[in-house]
Order: sequence, then structure tokens, then C-alpha cells
Amino acid sequence: MTIALNGEQVAKKINEAYPAAAAAADKVGVIVNSDSLFQVAEFLKKTPEFDFNYLGDMTAVDFTDYFEIVYRLVSLEHNHSLVLKTRCYDRDNPAVPSVVKIWRAADYMEREAYDLMGIIFMGHPNLKRLLLWEGFKGYPLRRDYI
Amino acid sequence: MEVEKYLAAPKDIDIAEAKRIEQLIAASQRPIPDPDSWIDQEIQRNVLVTSVDYIVDWARSRSLFPLMFGLACCAFEMIGMATSRFDISRYGMDIFRWSPRQADVMIVAGTLTWKMAPAVRKVYDQMAEPKWVIAMGQCTISGGPFRESYSVVPGINRIIPVDVYVPGCPPRPEALIYGITRLHQKIVKESIQKP
Repeated sequence: MTIALNGEQVAKKINEAYPAAAAAADKVGVIVNSDSLFQVAEFLKKTPEFDFNYLGDMTAVDFTDYFEIVYRLVSLEHNHSLVLKTRCYDRDNPAVPSVVKIWRAADYMEREAYDLMGIIFMGHPNLKRLLLWEGFKGYPLRRDYI
Repeated sequence: MEVEKYLAAPKDIDIAEAKRIEQLIAASQRPIPDPDSWIDQEIQRNVLVTSVDYIVDWARSRSLFPLMFGLACCAFEMIGMATSRFDISRYGMDIFRWSPRQADVMIVAGTLTWKMAPAVRKVYDQMAEPKWVIAMGQCTISGGPFRESYSVVPGINRIIPVDVYVPGCPPRPEALIYGITRLHQKIVKESIQKP
């Protein structure tokens, strides 16, 4: 069984390396600022203590006030996992850094999140619609989509 | 913030696909009426054609070849119908044909999305006459729980004419076999003579 890491302890380690990168943390996950998401993700992958070499899932949630992008990271070496979140308060042009350069698995997941939720991943190599067709109006999984 | 620069430019193949889908959506706002011209054909028949009709319809209805084609979870019930437990070989439907050119009946099993709809229409057009369509499951009949959805076709009779509707979510193989026997009854009423 994969052991879920305590988010508070991981947030402490993240803040030691990148001050004020982790905005909030609880037992189940860490919320980081979207500006430092890429550095934190790289830190979590490269640090031998964490070694998160596998992105299990990536999804986006619409909380009407803000979007939350959720990453489920797994380390196949240490057999532990972590939930990494980031928030995006701009509703018209929500943009977060892409993590495709760190985990290749994020490619299709980010395209899906762009397709259905309209979140723009800065630095994605091929950001276009994945499931719906080109020219589809709106983003259907948003709360205000009719 | 300038975000358009992060979006990839769509390729020609994407634009062509979108155009096909948009055209199909525009062309299929109304359901196609079910083919029911066979109902009053009893009156139009003459004696000579009736005996030929009897042979032709008997042969057609006893050797229907379904198309190997499943869209969603209903397809598993269709596969179950083909296995030895339910055994549609009893009805002369031995083999599911992989090629639409060799198939007579198209069992549309599962949710049809607008993105898939042009492909289904193309497969239907490739089938040789005479051809029949069975709509299997709620999603193909009316869109089912996804009727108001942004991506699901609200009933495949927007795309292709349907002969037999088999309701259920999913229908049991027995229900589908019953639908096939109803299709047999429909085929034996058809005439080779065009009305």
C-alpha cells in the first residue's frame, strides 16, 4: 500500500528550499503558489528524499471563486504519495505553469484540463483541445457553463 | 495577461474534423423518420412478386450479418448475445462482420457522441442495401441520461434511420434477441418491388 506523506511536513521542507512557496498545507496535501509551482514540482522530483518520479493523476476543480489544479504524485522508489495543489484566481484567463517538462504524463492530462475547464498551461508543447473538436464554444466542465 | 501565445495553432486535420462535425450537427437538428413504408405494402403486392418476395425475405431474415461495431457499455451485452450462452447463431447471425460492405444489420450499441457521429454515418453509408439498424439502449434511442449534454447525440435517429429500438440500460441479451426477432418480422413484410 502506498503511504500518503503528511502535507504539513512536506510543506515545511518546501518552504526551506523555496521560501513562501507553499501557501497552505494540511495532512492530506500541500497548496503551493502557482508562480512557484514549476520549481516546487522540480524540487519534489529531484530531491532524493521525495523522488516523486510518477504523476498518477492531474485534474482541475472549479470552486467558482477560483480553480484548483490537483496533482497526485507517487514515488515508485519509496512507495509514498503526495497531493499537490495550486490555485488560480483569474477566471477569464486562468494560467498555471506546465509540468510536462518534469512529468511527460502531464501532456494529455493538461490538454484535457484545458479542453474541459479552460485552464491554460504556460509552456505546454501542444496545448489544444483533446476530447472536443476545434472551435467548440466554452469549457463544459465549468460551473457556469450551460 | 497575454495567454494566446501558449495555445497551439490547430492543424488542418483538426479544422477539417471540426468542419465535418459542425456540418453534421447543423444537418441533424431533426430526427429522421423511421422507415415504415412496408406497413401498407400488403395491399400493393401482386401474386407474382409475392412468391419471389417470400423466398427473398426468408433468405434475408434468416442470414442477417451484424456489423462488428460497439460504442460503449451496451456493446458488452451485444458480445454476450454472440457467446455460446445466448448464441445468436440460432438466428443465422453466425459471424460479426468487420467490414461494413459485408454486413446487413448495424447494432448501434452505446452512447454516440458528436465527435463519433461522422464515423458512424460513414460506416452506415458504406453498408450495402438492404440494410437495417437496431438502436440498442437508452443512449442511442434518445440520448438517455446524457440527452441535455454538450457532446452526446440526442438519439441516433438524428444521424441514421432506425428500424428497431431496444430499450434498456443496458438491455439484456434476451431483449436484444427479442429485438432481432422483431426485425425478422419486419423483413418478411418487405418487398423487393419498390412502391
